[in-house]
Amino acid sequence: MAILEVKNLTLRFGGLTAVNNLSFNIEENSITSLIGPNGAGKTSVFNCLTGFYRANEGDILFLGKSIKKLKPFKITEMGMARTFQNLRLFKYMTVLENVMAGMHCRSGAGIVSSILRLPSQRQEERRIRETSEKCLDFVGILDKKDRIAKNLAYGDQRRVELARALATQPKLLLLDEPGAGLNHDEKMQLIALMQKIQEQLGITIVLIEHDMGLVMNVSEKIIVLNYGQKIAEGTAEQVQNDQRVIEAYLGKEEEEAV
Amino acid sequence: MVIKDLNTTIEKTSMDKRMVNWSDRIFEVFEDTKVKTGISTLLIVTSLALPYFASNYVLEILTNAYFYMILCLGLNIVVGFAGLLDLGYAAFFAVGAYTTGILSTRLGINFWLTIPFSILFSAIAGIIIGGPTLRLRSDYLAIVTLGFGEIIRIAARNLKITGGASGLVGIERPIFFGMKLYQNQHFYYIFLLLVFLAVFVSYRLHNSRLGRAWEYIREDEDAAEAMGIDRVKFKLYAYITGAIFAGIAGSFYAVKMTSISPETFQFTQSVNILAAVVLGGMGKIPGVIMGAFILVMFPEIFRSIGNMRMLVFGIILLIIMIFRPHGLWPEKNN
Repeated sequence: MAILEVKNLTLRFGGLTAVNNLSFNIEENSITSLIGPNGAGKTSVFNCLTGFYRANEGDILFLGKSIKKLKPFKITEMGMARTFQNLRLFKYMTVLENVMAGMHCRSGAGIVSSILRLPSQRQEERRIRETSEKCLDFVGILDKKDRIAKNLAYGDQRRVELARALATQPKLLLLDEPGAGLNHDEKMQLIALMQKIQEQLGITIVLIEHDMGLVMNVSEKIIVLNYGQKIAEGTAEQVQNDQRVIEAYLGKEEEEAV
Repeated sequence: MVIKDLNTTIEKTSMDKRMVNWSDRIFEVFEDTKVKTGISTLLIVTSLALPYFASNYVLEILTNAYFYMILCLGLNIVVGFAGLLDLGYAAFFAVGAYTTGILSTRLGINFWLTIPFSILFSAIAGIIIGGPTLRLRSDYLAIVTLGFGEIIRIAARNLKITGGASGLVGIERPIFFGMKLYQNQHFYYIFLLLVFLAVFVSYRLHNSRLGRAWEYIREDEDAAEAMGIDRVKFKLYAYITGAIFAGIAGSFYAVKMTSISPETFQFTQSVNILAAVVLGGMGKIPGVIMGAFILVMFPEIFRSIGNMRMLVFGIILLIIMIFRPHGLWPEKNN
């Protein structure tokens, strides 16, 4: 069953069409990559899916319901989490506090119960802390939970962002260039981590990535965008041999000859 | 030449660092749990015992300081915790004061019964200012809140029910278990109690899901929203809580003074409260208390230099802001 259905999605910024009549389905518990040259509209697609941009046309169905008009926090509540292309951690807060942000939508203490510190509120606080620690343990940086986020190594900051997204207990995880700025070893660990998320937590993953090694290694399906349009979709092998994909990345042969 | 320049820069930065370290270290001492409990116990005991030996003048000034501490702690929730600039905070204080003033002078309602109304009306004022403006970002928000502050003051000056420019007079002093509260000591203790309450509520909120949500929004609104935090709702919560602090303080202010006039709620009042919060350290509860204390004490201590004192006060504020841009006692991480 498709967990996410994108139907004829179009997003325009004034005269510029960032996403053009895009349709695709994401199967449950799969790993899909969204690739394409710079400026192809990949992040714009993510921003539409998560409610940060409002699409001009088309529809997005998540778990069978339209989310096109929902606000980002509602979409997160429904079970879609994301990470950002440029890290968006709460820099001056501790690692644990960062991850606890993810638990916000899975908890509900209000003003009065917080002031009176009611038993239910204390219990909830404990649950928030424990779940967040579990998420940190899952990505392998529990030992750094009390450090200030900005003081962490870049690779670890990426893990914090991942743990924070996991803490929202998503069904679908959107990763915007999770491999950017990582070295070879870290990328290998990232691949293992993504597979662990898929297998152990049963979470569906969609990622945007430029590192083709990583993409070919991890994805079950690849969607290729160029100028906001889908130019190919399929397995790594299919996409690699697609004439239009080769053209998009390398240019047309005739053009090169001229 | 270049090397020489470089050397002086290095010297300068290391000197700056030493200075910062020196002043940071003073407050680091207070971060120690033992020192913290020791000093707070001492402060609480002293403040409780003070009326037995201090003069009326001292009590009056301190009561005023406590009053500003409550306002500053309230504004701190909006500005410090949630990171929303508010240049019209005195409006909420006015709503509380006028609610009690009008209900007790016009309708003869018992003071204690006016407090729930104060809370209600200041909360509504919080929603009125918050609802339509919270989608705005900092600078615009500042302008709108400034306008809101002025609207409340001008409305109070021109409405009949608020007594116009001369305000309300003859507000009944409250009766507490058969005892009429009118002496300096009485109000001293009332405001001290309110400070304790405000500090308690501030700490509890700060260390809760709500406090964290405010911090996330302050640090990065988009990331907070992506984590499932409804930013409009939580900003509104911050406004409402801050407004209620000011509303309650306003109610007690009205019965302490027995008269209120629109001139009490001028723009400078909002600016003073904001200055105290920034001076003390936004988001840091003891810092904010200290800021309020300095705000009230300074003009008193330097009363002898007359009109010059505001100039001196301004210069001192400037110096503090240059050397401690995050306030005298800032939050740990910033």
